[in-house]
Amino acid sequence: MKNSSWVLSFPCFEKMLSTIQPPRYLSRFPLRGRTKSRPFHILSSAQPVSKTSFAADQSQILSIRYSLLNRHLSAVELTHSYLNRLKQTEPHINCFLHISDPDKVLKQAQDIDDKIKRNEEVGPLAGVLVAIKDNICTADMPSTGGSYILEGYRPPFDATAVKRLKDLGAIVVGKTNLDEFGMGSTTEASAFKVTANPWDLSRVPGGSSGGSAASVSARQCVVSLGSDTGGSVRQPASFCGVVGLKPTYGRVSRFGLMAYASSLDVIGCFGSSVADTGILLHAISGHDSLDATSSKREVPDFTSQFTSASSLKSRPLEGLRVGLIRETVDAGVDSGVKSAIQGAAAHLEQLGCVLKEVSLPSFSLGLPAYYILASSESSSNLSRYDGVRYGNQASSDELNALYEESRAKGFGSEVKMRILMGTYALSAGYYDAYYKRAQQVRTIIRKSFKAALDENDILISPAAPSAAYKIGEKKNDPLAMYAGDIMTVNVNLAGLPALVLPCGFVEGGAVGLPVGLQIIGAAFDEEKLVKVGHIFEQTLEGYNFVPPLITDVGGASA
Amino acid sequence: MASTLFRTIQIHPFFLYPTALFSRRNGVLYCTMKSSQTQTATQEKQQPPKVKVPQHALKKTVDKITRDYEAIIGIETHVQLSTLTKAFCSCPYNYGSQPNTNICPICMGLPGALPVLNSKVIEFAVKLGLALNCKLSLNSKFDRKQYFYPDLPKGYQISQFDIPIATGGYVDLDLPLEFGGGHRKFGITRVHMEEDAGKLLHSGNGDYSQVDLNRAGVPLLEIVSEPDMRTGIEAAEYAAELQRVVRYLGISNGNMQEGSLRCDVNVSIRPVGQSEFGTKVEIKNLNSFSSINRAIDFEISRQALLHSQGQSDQIVQETRLWEEGAQKTVTMRKKEGLSDYRYFPEPDLPEVILTQEYVDSISNSLPELPEAKRRRYEKMGLSMQDVLFLANDMNVAEYFDETLSSGADIKLAANWIMGDIAAYMKNEKLSINDIKLTPQELAELIASIKSGTISGKIGKEILSELLAKGGTVKGLIEEKDLIQIADPVEIGKMIDKVISENPKQLEQYRSGKTKLQGFFAGQVMKLSKGKANPGLLNKILLEKLNGQS
Repeated sequence: MKNSSWVLSFPCFEKMLSTIQPPRYLSRFPLRGRTKSRPFHILSSAQPVSKTSFAADQSQILSIRYSLLNRHLSAVELTHSYLNRLKQTEPHINCFLHISDPDKVLKQAQDIDDKIKRNEEVGPLAGVLVAIKDNICTADMPSTGGSYILEGYRPPFDATAVKRLKDLGAIVVGKTNLDEFGMGSTTEASAFKVTANPWDLSRVPGGSSGGSAASVSARQCVVSLGSDTGGSVRQPASFCGVVGLKPTYGRVSRFGLMAYASSLDVIGCFGSSVADTGILLHAISGHDSLDATSSKREVPDFTSQFTSASSLKSRPLEGLRVGLIRETVDAGVDSGVKSAIQGAAAHLEQLGCVLKEVSLPSFSLGLPAYYILASSESSSNLSRYDGVRYGNQASSDELNALYEESRAKGFGSEVKMRILMGTYALSAGYYDAYYKRAQQVRTIIRKSFKAALDENDILISPAAPSAAYKIGEKKNDPLAMYAGDIMTVNVNLAGLPALVLPCGFVEGGAVGLPVGLQIIGAAFDEEKLVKVGHIFEQTLEGYNFVPPLITDVGGASA
Repeated sequence: MASTLFRTIQIHPFFLYPTALFSRRNGVLYCTMKSSQTQTATQEKQQPPKVKVPQHALKKTVDKITRDYEAIIGIETHVQLSTLTKAFCSCPYNYGSQPNTNICPICMGLPGALPVLNSKVIEFAVKLGLALNCKLSLNSKFDRKQYFYPDLPKGYQISQFDIPIATGGYVDLDLPLEFGGGHRKFGITRVHMEEDAGKLLHSGNGDYSQVDLNRAGVPLLEIVSEPDMRTGIEAAEYAAELQRVVRYLGISNGNMQEGSLRCDVNVSIRPVGQSEFGTKVEIKNLNSFSSINRAIDFEISRQALLHSQGQSDQIVQETRLWEEGAQKTVTMRKKEGLSDYRYFPEPDLPEVILTQEYVDSISNSLPELPEAKRRRYEKMGLSMQDVLFLANDMNVAEYFDETLSSGADIKLAANWIMGDIAAYMKNEKLSINDIKLTPQELAELIASIKSGTISGKIGKEILSELLAKGGTVKGLIEEKDLIQIADPVEIGKMIDKVISENPKQLEQYRSGKTKLQGFFAGQVMKLSKGKANPGLLNKILLEKLNGQS
């Protein structure tokens, strides 16, 4: 759905976004005469970008840094702008379970401005407003995991990823809504509220990181953290038209992430550009002594992969071997999604890629294997929510009743269903038939991905079989909802990194619904993903992935 | 649920005021514990005061009835490792700390917290595995054992299930002579690593329980024996040998009273000659070696009595508690089928991979273990009683070995250590490391007596001074002028003096009252301040008394 006139139909857009970098498509017009392809200058040794050829207009984070350090803009002004938009849009989309006290947020922004005024070093993420999925622990605000059993719970520590962001100067703007403990694909399974898709308020934002995806999509924050156990970053990124990056298992510390399925869980990144997600990933990656499964591999500077569109060769991805996973464009996939992906594949070919179809015969086995393994691990991981030490406790005179009541009242039905399934799968006499077989399937899937990635540099597929569907549409049909995870679960089973970025639209809503392209790479090869994704993004013309909500709501009150 | 806000604030005081108990509704967890299925690896009960019950009567009954039955005994032992920090977090563990002062988000099982293995746990497990002659699994893993109990913060215990770190070993021991002596070899099925649970403190009236998580996450090694033991004393000696081994290895203080070494015993009996096993009963709450011994003998006689009365169906699979006060076992809970712990591999921890080089380097660093020590001492010619005494405590054995390496006579060194030194330690309640006498000086003391420099009597006297104050044998001898007088002329002079001062006694002696020789000898010794060489003294004295000089 190409809609170039749509771009011009927002007269208030520039005004509304005047304090932040205009979105990518706007940068192609000589707005305010300053942004187009301006080389980004290294302004500080702490600066995360090493290539001067990289344009700031490809990244909100770099644009903010540029503006702050050049005194074009203060952090307080910037923060005000975001907080205003958050205030205006939030009643419509309900992204947040907790919003930071604006005074405290502005105080942090003021501190950054003061430092800049004194010519002191500020962190590379100074003034960047981030939203954090509510299953990631934050010491100074509630962390509920979207569950009633943890209502009001405040952890005594920051998750490692959050701590790293704060250390680099980022400002946490709030905690985002999610399906309870990450179990769901629509964010409808939150105990507290239903989040709407900024592209069409009657639709789901996807899940389980629906709040994080929608908040970036609605420009309520610059970037956000989510978690991805079976697609919970990538599918909502696709639904909300933002970039979602699921790192390799072990790349980012899980310390402070409320465990759903420990062997699959990863913290992932949302941004409005590939560059932003890459910068965010770089900030949170690396070994953590508090997570025994975190990798000791060195973290490359992903940002070194970013070059400005103007400096690209005509076929910048010449020779890159791209495998389109045949099973992901088969029956059961929305035809609009299929054609968007085929369009994306054609675009990659234009960039010089060598495209071929690859078959992963084990692909369809991933879904049942995933649901057995994830449920099994979750049945164990959620045992700690017993009402004894923290969280909501049912009053009872007898121990077993205390457990039963606390958990019966504290957990929602989706969580209960998965605990039951997982308990069943791990029970004596069933273990071999379910858990063990699922592990064997996992090994097969891992091997088939390995083989496919030996022959291809990257694999591509849709991020989801459809675009965002209506709120309530699949709420009472869990199997239909589970089936929607087919595109993503295999990647978690294989532990691989994958990037989802918007590549087109299907019909739906007022202006169409975005479709995400999933790019899968070899383990720990996020560098390649962001490089390819960035070039894809910079060269994709005629699309605008800013949802109408911003102008509808923000414009009216601006 | 109205107090949610209040509760969320309460999490913080935990860390600010670490002495606070788990605060739920006025600081306690009000509920009764009716979970009959729940089982912790580490359950403990407060024990009533100990009452001594004469053992002979009981033993006779046991002997009589059990003649027709054979008891099969296997033991599961939990050894708490003396690592500086817990198994999966950096909390210290100190027995007897104020409740909930050694806790952190990890051992409390807070949302988002992850375990990271303390590598010392592996080192200690490998040490014990090697010491117990086990095969080590170079590739093992951790598993989750799942059950609900308030002392188990995560709702699962991190343990090892199907691939323990060590399997198929054995332990050698020598039964004490007072129990008939004899050498025994008992099989070790497996050794695996796991974490301890917290403790429940039950209120006096049973209205509520409080949770203390200090112990949660403390590393344990569980040692499962083969069902090779047949009597209470064998089981008690097996436990004692494990205690010696872990203490020799320095991996645990092995203290049963503090719960650092806990034994759960499985007992079944069968008529002699029958090959299949009887129904097994588990006994818990065994806080000393003698309670292991007595509990098992009680249980054997209880089961044998039921058997002999045709009531063997009354022996059911259950967990029984040893009641120290009443000197009997009582039913704690009946097993309703097998508990399903739904074990599965712990996804938060990588596999445990050992290299052969690592195992070899630990193997090379192992100290001489009790069994090797006993065999060595036996070869030296020491009696089994001496061997068992000396090898029982690694520090005593080291002391003994050092005394020997300073040149002391084996038997004399053993006698001194087991006699006067042991008595002194017992009186003063000291360990051998506390006494001031060095092994080198003990060797010097023994040598000085042997060479005749000082008399044995003087030797004993200066020993107590050396034990309490230290110093050197030579220094003390010089300082106090204690060198034995072995010069016949000097001794002769003293004898002459005593004889001339006691003309009456001399006359009596010479008229046949030869017993008076002792009197003269005593007087001379007194005159010499105990320093005269007794042999020489007596020889010259006799000559002078009988002669006409």
